[in-house]
Amino acid sequence: MSHADLTMEGHSAGLTAGTPFSMPTKKFAMWLFIIADTMTFAACLVAYGFLRNGTANWPRPFHSITNVAIMTFILLTSSLTMLLGVQAARAGDKAGAFRWTMITAAAGILFAFLHVREWLGLIDEGMTMFKNPWGTGLFGASFFSITGLHLTHVTCGIIALVAVGLRYKGGRYNADDIEVVGLYWHFVDLVWMFVVPLVYLLNLSH
Amino acid sequence: MANAESHKSGGIGKDIGVYVCLLALAGLQFIIAYQNMDASRMLSRMLAVAFVEAVLAALFFMHLWAEKRGFLMFVAVFTIFVLLAMQYGWTDSFRMLVGAPFAH
Repeated sequence: MSHADLTMEGHSAGLTAGTPFSMPTKKFAMWLFIIADTMTFAACLVAYGFLRNGTANWPRPFHSITNVAIMTFILLTSSLTMLLGVQAARAGDKAGAFRWTMITAAAGILFAFLHVREWLGLIDEGMTMFKNPWGTGLFGASFFSITGLHLTHVTCGIIALVAVGLRYKGGRYNADDIEVVGLYWHFVDLVWMFVVPLVYLLNLSH
Repeated sequence: MANAESHKSGGIGKDIGVYVCLLALAGLQFIIAYQNMDASRMLSRMLAVAFVEAVLAALFFMHLWAEKRGFLMFVAVFTIFVLLAMQYGWTDSFRMLVGAPFAH
Protein backbone atom coordinates (compact mmCIF):
# COMPACT_ATOMS: atom_id res chain seq x y z
CA MET A 1 0.00 0.00 0.00
CA SER A 2 1.48 3.33 -1.05
CA HIS A 3 1.75 6.43 1.10
CA ALA A 4 -0.94 8.06 -1.07
CA ASP A 5 -3.31 5.18 -0.40
CA LEU A 6 -2.71 5.46 3.32
CA THR A 7 -3.39 9.19 3.20
CA MET A 8 -6.58 8.74 1.21
CA GLU A 9 -7.73 6.02 3.53
CA GLY A 10 -7.20 8.21 6.58
CA HIS A 11 -8.90 11.14 4.86
CA SER A 12 -11.97 9.18 3.84
CA ALA A 13 -12.24 7.70 7.32
CA GLY A 14 -12.38 11.25 8.65
CA LEU A 15 -15.08 12.21 6.17
CA THR A 16 -17.31 9.27 6.91
CA ALA A 17 -16.90 9.28 10.67
CA GLY A 18 -20.22 9.50 12.53
CA THR A 19 -21.53 12.90 13.60
CA PRO A 20 -21.22 13.82 17.28
CA PHE A 21 -23.93 12.17 19.39
CA SER A 22 -25.25 10.50 16.20
CA MET A 23 -27.34 13.50 15.26
CA PRO A 24 -27.49 15.32 11.93
CA THR A 25 -24.86 18.02 11.53
CA LYS A 26 -27.39 20.83 11.06
CA LYS A 27 -29.22 19.86 14.21
CA PHE A 28 -25.99 19.61 16.19
CA ALA A 29 -24.94 23.04 14.91
CA MET A 30 -28.30 24.48 15.98
CA TRP A 31 -27.87 23.01 19.47
CA LEU A 32 -24.41 24.57 19.75
CA PHE A 33 -25.89 27.91 18.65
CA ILE A 34 -28.69 27.55 21.23
CA ILE A 35 -26.19 26.84 24.02
CA ALA A 36 -24.12 29.87 23.01
CA ASP A 37 -27.22 32.05 22.74
CA THR A 38 -28.38 30.85 26.17
CA MET A 39 -25.21 32.38 27.55
CA THR A 40 -25.88 35.68 25.77
CA PHE A 41 -29.39 35.95 27.20
CA ALA A 42 -28.31 34.71 30.61
CA ALA A 43 -25.57 37.35 30.74
CA CYS A 44 -28.08 40.07 29.80
CA LEU A 45 -30.62 38.89 32.38
CA VAL A 46 -28.03 38.53 35.14
CA ALA A 47 -26.73 42.02 34.34
CA TYR A 48 -30.31 43.28 34.48
CA GLY A 49 -30.79 41.65 37.88
CA PHE A 50 -27.49 43.15 39.05
CA LEU A 51 -28.58 46.65 38.04
CA ARG A 52 -32.09 46.26 39.41
CA ASN A 53 -30.84 44.99 42.73
CA GLY A 54 -28.20 47.69 43.00
CA THR A 55 -30.44 50.63 42.05
CA ALA A 56 -32.72 52.11 44.68
CA ASN A 57 -35.23 53.95 42.47
CA TRP A 58 -35.90 51.24 39.90
CA PRO A 59 -38.98 52.21 37.83
CA ARG A 60 -42.20 50.17 37.92
CA PRO A 61 -43.98 51.38 34.80
CA PHE A 62 -46.26 48.42 34.07
CA HIS A 63 -49.76 49.05 35.39
CA SER A 64 -51.31 46.21 33.39
CA ILE A 65 -49.95 42.84 32.35
CA THR A 66 -52.73 42.05 29.89
CA ASN A 67 -50.51 42.75 26.90
CA VAL A 68 -47.61 40.62 28.12
CA ALA A 69 -50.04 37.83 29.10
CA ILE A 70 -51.44 37.79 25.56
CA MET A 71 -47.92 37.84 24.12
CA THR A 72 -46.95 34.89 26.33
CA PHE A 73 -50.02 32.94 25.26
CA ILE A 74 -49.28 33.60 21.58
CA LEU A 75 -45.64 32.52 21.87
CA LEU A 76 -46.48 29.34 23.81
CA THR A 77 -49.20 28.47 21.31
CA SER A 78 -46.79 29.08 18.43
CA SER A 79 -44.49 26.45 19.95
CA LEU A 80 -47.36 23.96 19.79
CA THR A 81 -48.09 24.82 16.15
CA MET A 82 -44.37 24.40 15.42
CA LEU A 83 -44.49 20.92 16.96
CA LEU A 84 -47.46 20.09 14.76
CA GLY A 85 -45.45 21.27 11.75
CA VAL A 86 -42.48 19.09 12.69
CA GLN A 87 -44.73 16.06 13.23
CA ALA A 88 -46.45 16.63 9.88
CA ALA A 89 -43.04 16.91 8.17
CA ARG A 90 -41.89 13.66 9.77
CA ALA A 91 -45.08 11.96 8.65
CA GLY A 92 -44.46 13.16 5.09
CA ASP A 93 -47.48 15.48 5.11
CA LYS A 94 -45.90 18.27 3.10
CA ALA A 95 -48.96 20.52 2.91
CA GLY A 96 -49.65 20.13 6.63
CA ALA A 97 -46.04 20.87 7.59
CA PHE A 98 -46.02 23.98 5.40
CA ARG A 99 -49.37 25.16 6.79
CA TRP A 100 -48.33 24.75 10.45
CA THR A 101 -44.97 26.40 9.81
CA MET A 102 -46.70 29.42 8.26
CA ILE A 103 -49.21 29.56 11.15
CA THR A 104 -46.22 29.62 13.52
CA ALA A 105 -44.68 32.47 11.52
CA ALA A 106 -48.01 34.35 11.63
CA ALA A 107 -48.11 33.94 15.43
CA GLY A 108 -44.57 35.33 15.54
CA ILE A 109 -45.64 38.35 13.50
CA LEU A 110 -48.55 38.96 15.89
CA PHE A 111 -46.19 38.70 18.86
CA ALA A 112 -43.78 41.18 17.25
CA PHE A 113 -46.64 43.58 16.48
CA LEU A 114 -47.82 43.54 20.12
CA HIS A 115 -44.24 44.02 21.29
CA VAL A 116 -43.65 47.03 19.04
CA ARG A 117 -47.01 48.51 20.11
CA GLU A 118 -45.94 48.19 23.74
CA TRP A 119 -42.61 49.86 22.99
CA LEU A 120 -44.36 52.75 21.25
CA GLY A 121 -46.67 53.16 24.26
CA LEU A 122 -43.68 53.42 26.62
CA ILE A 123 -41.89 55.82 24.28
CA ASP A 124 -45.06 57.96 24.20
CA GLU A 125 -44.92 58.12 27.99
CA GLY A 126 -41.42 59.60 27.73
CA MET A 127 -39.21 56.53 28.04
CA THR A 128 -35.99 56.45 26.03
CA MET A 129 -32.77 54.46 26.29
CA PHE A 130 -31.38 57.02 28.73
CA LYS A 131 -34.28 58.51 30.69
CA ASN A 132 -37.83 57.91 31.82
CA PRO A 133 -40.33 59.74 34.03
CA TRP A 134 -40.35 57.08 36.76
CA GLY A 135 -36.78 56.66 38.03
CA THR A 136 -33.30 55.66 36.99
CA GLY A 137 -32.45 55.97 33.30
CA LEU A 138 -30.78 52.57 33.42
CA PHE A 139 -34.22 50.99 33.17
CA GLY A 140 -34.79 52.13 29.57
CA ALA A 141 -31.37 50.91 28.45
CA SER A 142 -31.79 47.49 30.04
CA PHE A 143 -35.46 47.10 29.06
CA PHE A 144 -34.92 47.97 25.41
CA SER A 145 -31.71 45.89 25.27
CA ILE A 146 -33.25 42.69 26.61
CA THR A 147 -36.64 42.91 24.93
CA GLY A 148 -34.94 44.20 21.76
CA LEU A 149 -32.56 41.24 21.73
CA HIS A 150 -35.53 38.90 22.11
CA LEU A 151 -37.52 40.73 19.44
CA THR A 152 -34.53 40.44 17.09
CA HIS A 153 -34.56 36.69 17.67
CA VAL A 154 -38.30 36.56 17.00
CA THR A 155 -37.86 38.53 13.77
CA CYS A 156 -35.02 36.27 12.61
CA GLY A 157 -37.19 33.27 13.53
CA ILE A 158 -40.09 34.54 11.43
CA ILE A 159 -37.79 35.04 8.44
CA ALA A 160 -36.26 31.59 8.95
CA LEU A 161 -39.68 29.93 9.29
CA VAL A 162 -40.95 31.49 6.06
CA ALA A 163 -37.73 30.77 4.14
CA VAL A 164 -37.44 27.16 5.33
CA GLY A 165 -41.19 26.57 4.89
CA LEU A 166 -41.13 27.80 1.30
CA ARG A 167 -38.04 25.77 0.45
CA TYR A 168 -39.54 22.71 2.11
CA LYS A 169 -42.68 23.17 0.06
CA GLY A 170 -40.55 23.55 -3.07
CA GLY A 171 -38.72 20.30 -2.34
CA ARG A 172 -35.31 21.84 -1.66
CA TYR A 173 -35.45 21.23 2.09
CA ASN A 174 -36.63 18.18 4.02
CA ALA A 175 -38.09 17.34 7.43
CA ASP A 176 -34.64 17.83 9.04
CA ASP A 177 -34.72 21.51 8.19
CA ILE A 178 -38.22 21.99 9.59
CA GLU A 179 -37.06 20.33 12.81
CA VAL A 180 -33.94 22.51 13.04
CA VAL A 181 -35.87 25.77 12.58
CA GLY A 182 -38.38 24.40 15.10
CA LEU A 183 -35.58 23.99 17.66
CA TYR A 184 -34.71 27.65 17.23
CA TRP A 185 -38.34 28.72 17.63
CA HIS A 186 -38.77 26.71 20.84
CA PHE A 187 -35.62 28.34 22.18
CA VAL A 188 -37.07 31.81 21.53
CA ASP A 189 -40.15 30.70 23.49
CA LEU A 190 -37.99 29.32 26.30
CA VAL A 191 -36.10 32.60 26.70
CA TRP A 192 -39.38 34.53 26.96
CA MET A 193 -40.27 32.42 30.03
CA PHE A 194 -37.41 34.14 31.87
CA VAL A 195 -37.83 37.61 30.36
CA VAL A 196 -41.47 37.88 31.51
CA PRO A 197 -40.94 37.40 35.26
CA LEU A 198 -37.69 39.35 35.45
CA VAL A 199 -38.48 42.33 33.25
CA TYR A 200 -42.27 42.60 33.48
CA LEU A 201 -43.83 40.83 36.44
CA LEU A 202 -41.25 41.93 38.98
CA ASN A 203 -41.79 45.55 37.94
CA LEU A 204 -45.54 45.62 38.39
CA SER A 205 -46.87 48.66 40.19
CA HIS A 206 -48.59 47.53 43.36
CA MET B 1 -34.06 11.48 9.02
CA ALA B 2 -33.18 8.49 11.11
CA ASN B 3 -32.64 10.57 14.20
CA ALA B 4 -35.93 12.40 13.92
CA GLU B 5 -37.79 9.22 13.20
CA SER B 6 -36.37 7.66 16.30
CA HIS B 7 -37.79 10.37 18.52
CA LYS B 8 -39.81 9.04 21.36
CA SER B 9 -42.27 11.87 20.86
CA GLY B 10 -45.31 10.10 22.27
CA GLY B 11 -47.59 11.75 19.75
CA ILE B 12 -49.65 14.89 19.76
CA GLY B 13 -51.41 13.96 23.03
CA LYS B 14 -48.21 14.34 25.04
CA ASP B 15 -47.32 17.57 23.23
CA ILE B 16 -50.70 19.09 24.09
CA GLY B 17 -50.30 17.90 27.69
CA VAL B 18 -46.91 19.65 27.94
CA TYR B 19 -48.41 22.75 26.29
CA VAL B 20 -51.22 22.87 28.87
CA CYS B 21 -48.65 22.44 31.68
CA LEU B 22 -46.61 25.32 30.27
CA LEU B 23 -49.70 27.53 30.04
CA ALA B 24 -50.60 26.68 33.64
CA LEU B 25 -47.07 27.42 34.84
CA ALA B 26 -47.03 30.72 32.94
CA GLY B 27 -50.36 31.55 34.58
CA LEU B 28 -48.84 30.67 37.96
CA GLN B 29 -46.10 33.23 37.37
CA PHE B 30 -48.75 35.92 36.82
CA ILE B 31 -50.57 34.85 39.99
CA ILE B 32 -47.33 35.07 41.98
CA ALA B 33 -46.81 38.59 40.58
CA TYR B 34 -50.02 39.74 42.27
CA GLN B 35 -49.18 38.23 45.67
CA ASN B 36 -48.20 40.58 48.44
CA MET B 37 -44.60 39.54 49.14
CA ASP B 38 -41.14 41.07 49.03
CA ALA B 39 -39.22 41.18 45.75
CA SER B 40 -36.59 38.56 46.62
CA ARG B 41 -39.17 35.92 47.58
CA MET B 42 -41.23 36.77 44.51
CA LEU B 43 -38.16 36.51 42.29
CA SER B 44 -37.10 33.14 43.67
CA ARG B 45 -40.60 31.68 43.19
CA MET B 46 -40.94 33.06 39.68
CA LEU B 47 -37.51 31.79 38.65
CA ALA B 48 -38.28 28.36 40.08
CA VAL B 49 -41.44 28.22 37.94
CA ALA B 50 -39.52 29.53 34.90
CA PHE B 51 -36.87 26.85 35.43
CA VAL B 52 -39.51 24.10 35.45
CA GLU B 53 -41.04 25.61 32.28
CA ALA B 54 -37.63 25.68 30.60
CA VAL B 55 -36.89 22.06 31.52
CA LEU B 56 -40.28 20.94 30.17
CA ALA B 57 -39.81 22.89 26.93
CA ALA B 58 -36.25 21.63 26.42
CA LEU B 59 -37.03 17.99 27.21
CA PHE B 60 -40.30 17.60 25.33
CA PHE B 61 -40.73 20.46 22.82
CA MET B 62 -37.08 20.41 21.79
CA HIS B 63 -36.97 16.61 22.17
CA LEU B 64 -33.85 16.68 24.31
CA TRP B 65 -35.30 13.73 26.23
CA ALA B 66 -35.18 11.62 23.07
CA GLU B 67 -31.54 12.40 22.30
CA LYS B 68 -28.63 10.32 23.52
CA ARG B 69 -28.02 10.57 27.27
CA GLY B 70 -24.48 11.78 26.59
CA PHE B 71 -25.80 14.77 24.66
CA LEU B 72 -28.39 15.53 27.34
CA MET B 73 -25.63 15.51 29.96
CA PHE B 74 -23.39 17.68 27.75
CA VAL B 75 -26.10 20.33 27.38
CA ALA B 76 -27.24 20.19 31.01
CA VAL B 77 -23.81 20.20 32.69
CA PHE B 78 -22.32 22.87 30.42
CA THR B 79 -25.35 25.17 30.66
CA ILE B 80 -25.89 24.83 34.41
CA PHE B 81 -22.19 25.35 35.15
CA VAL B 82 -22.00 28.59 33.18
CA LEU B 83 -25.32 29.87 34.55
CA LEU B 84 -24.13 29.23 38.11
CA ALA B 85 -20.80 30.89 37.37
CA MET B 86 -22.69 34.02 36.28
CA GLN B 87 -24.03 34.43 39.82
CA TYR B 88 -20.53 35.36 40.96
CA GLY B 89 -21.15 39.11 40.88
CA TRP B 90 -24.20 39.36 43.13
CA THR B 91 -22.26 40.39 46.19
CA ASP B 92 -21.02 43.43 44.26
CA SER B 93 -24.61 44.28 43.36
CA PHE B 94 -25.48 44.39 47.08
CA ARG B 95 -22.35 46.46 47.70
CA MET B 96 -23.62 49.01 45.17
CA LEU B 97 -26.91 49.23 47.04
CA VAL B 98 -25.76 49.39 50.64
CA GLY B 99 -22.00 49.53 50.85
CA ALA B 100 -20.68 51.90 48.22
CA PRO B 101 -19.99 55.54 49.04
CA PHE B 102 -23.05 57.69 48.22
CA ALA B 103 -25.13 54.55 47.76
CA HIS B 104 -28.11 56.19 49.43
